[in-house]
Amino acid sequence: MKLSTPAKLFLWTVMGFGLAFIYVPLILVVINSFNTNTSFAWPPTGFTTSWWSKAAVNEGVREAIGRSLFVATIATLIALVLGSLAAAAIARYKFFGRDAISLLFVLPIALPGIVTGIALNNVFTNFLGELTIFTIIVGHATFCIVVVFNNVAARYRRMGSTLEEASMDLGANRVTTFRLVTFPLLRNALIAGGLLAFGLSFDEIIVTTFTAGAGQNTLPIWIFQNLFRPNQAPIVNVVAAALVIISIVPIYLSQRLTQEKSDK
Amino acid sequence: MAIIEIQNLAKSFGSVKAVDGVDLDIQAGEFLTLLGPSGSGKTTVLRMIAGFETPDSGSIKLNGTDITYLPPYERDVNTVFQDYALFPHMDVLSNIEYGLKVKKFEKAERREKALKALEQVRLAGYENRKPNQLSGGQRQRVALARALVNRPSVLLLDEPLGALDLKLRQQMQIELKELQREVGITFIFVTHDQEEALTMSDRIAVFDKGKIQQLDKPAAIYESPKNEFVAGFVGISNLISGAAAQKLIGKAGTFTVRPEKIRLGMTGSDVRNAEGLIKEVEYLGPSTRFLVQLDAGVELMALRQNSSESAFEVEAMRNTRTTLSWEIASEYQLV
Repeated sequence: MKLSTPAKLFLWTVMGFGLAFIYVPLILVVINSFNTNTSFAWPPTGFTTSWWSKAAVNEGVREAIGRSLFVATIATLIALVLGSLAAAAIARYKFFGRDAISLLFVLPIALPGIVTGIALNNVFTNFLGELTIFTIIVGHATFCIVVVFNNVAARYRRMGSTLEEASMDLGANRVTTFRLVTFPLLRNALIAGGLLAFGLSFDEIIVTTFTAGAGQNTLPIWIFQNLFRPNQAPIVNVVAAALVIISIVPIYLSQRLTQEKSDK
Repeated sequence: MAIIEIQNLAKSFGSVKAVDGVDLDIQAGEFLTLLGPSGSGKTTVLRMIAGFETPDSGSIKLNGTDITYLPPYERDVNTVFQDYALFPHMDVLSNIEYGLKVKKFEKAERREKALKALEQVRLAGYENRKPNQLSGGQRQRVALARALVNRPSVLLLDEPLGALDLKLRQQMQIELKELQREVGITFIFVTHDQEEALTMSDRIAVFDKGKIQQLDKPAAIYESPKNEFVAGFVGISNLISGAAAQKLIGKAGTFTVRPEKIRLGMTGSDVRNAEGLIKEVEYLGPSTRFLVQLDAGVELMALRQNSSESAFEVEAMRNTRTTLSWEIASEYQLV
């Protein structure tokens, strides 16, 4: 389709505004992390890397990042295993109450985080007695499972069952069929679901507030607690800037992965 | 010798009897077609032979061995699926090699066999394409090669030509038949297309309501259908029954006569003659179909070659009176 020059100009402008709206604040965060002025006044008064070196040795930050990575990794792994098994069962087998169970699996993501948080907090404090890092992981897994389940179930539905039938017809048993046909076709859905689950867990704050034990700060909670302390604000800024830069990596990788797939 | 012996096979889905007591012996090397409308049980029979469905009762033997409850991967049969079911993440060559690979053939040997199979379906040079880079007809051929490369005792084909356009379908019908003669493998072919069945098969099993209605050579199925269903499903049935049968044929019963056996505007002795009004004229190009309301109280379809008439001339015959006639030998009494 050919567009007229004014139309093109208009669309480019709109796109420019849209992108600017998203990215200017992010760039500002990065710039401010090098700003000598602690109150982030504009324009920056000078260039310094001292916030970065301070943040790098800050115990609270390092602990919170480590904890968040650990929680997100374990929650994602749990979600990948349970979510894809559930999706396989629901997509491939007929059993009593299948639709109801499918709905029950998806429901947690629709529940307000605060409800999940309170409910889990009740159960954990009443039956386990205390909140630990594992209660955070369980809390996160409840909604991480949903995104994996949804991704994998959708892929199963689109795939149909004839490919697996064809594989078995050609002499492959169930294990070989899964290894050579089902898994390769699910792989992208697993990666997508896994990345999404990891991201959801990494910046989750509401459920975490209710399920984290004393002193078990994840990164979002640490940021929230330190954002309004004047002497900590520049460090929070550095953490935010670092996250912006780090999150480019998985996005870039997943884009590359999917592009290679379609080129072949 | 029968390569497949099916005895008293039955399968229900919920309260629906999909297959209801099927007995069928399939001879080695024959091209057998399971023909019927959708829901007649033909595909379910095929899927039970392949091992994708377990029958409720009855047995299936392959080369004398009971395979009724064997999983698909332990049966010496291969399937060409309706939607081809090519593995989208593998190229053409890997698709064809798949069966040999899981059966642990040496790499060199399976490559050689796969390339040969590819040549057999006239797709040499396409080995590195992905399935989504192929046309429907080409996918069809890859699916065929993928199944045939395993040299199964029996090849099962589940409406494999259904997704192709008419021209390609007719071409593939001929190719399939040639391929079957060449490799000498038993083909069991499922279709709802009666023309396809008549063109390709050595024998046809006509299915309806989970039962085989008639099992015979194509000519016999067409010329002497056993019952009303077969007459109606294979070709256009002109049914004459009740009072009309008494008047025209002189006895009670249900009779059928094929449209192309009926002549227009000619009378004679030793033939049936019936007067009527031409209600509908359908110009088909090489021939014309006439729907005639006979005075005896029955509508018959007559098919006539357009050897000298123009479209205009046949159109002008609408709503005129005519005489239909046919040889007594070409009318069949149905049971």
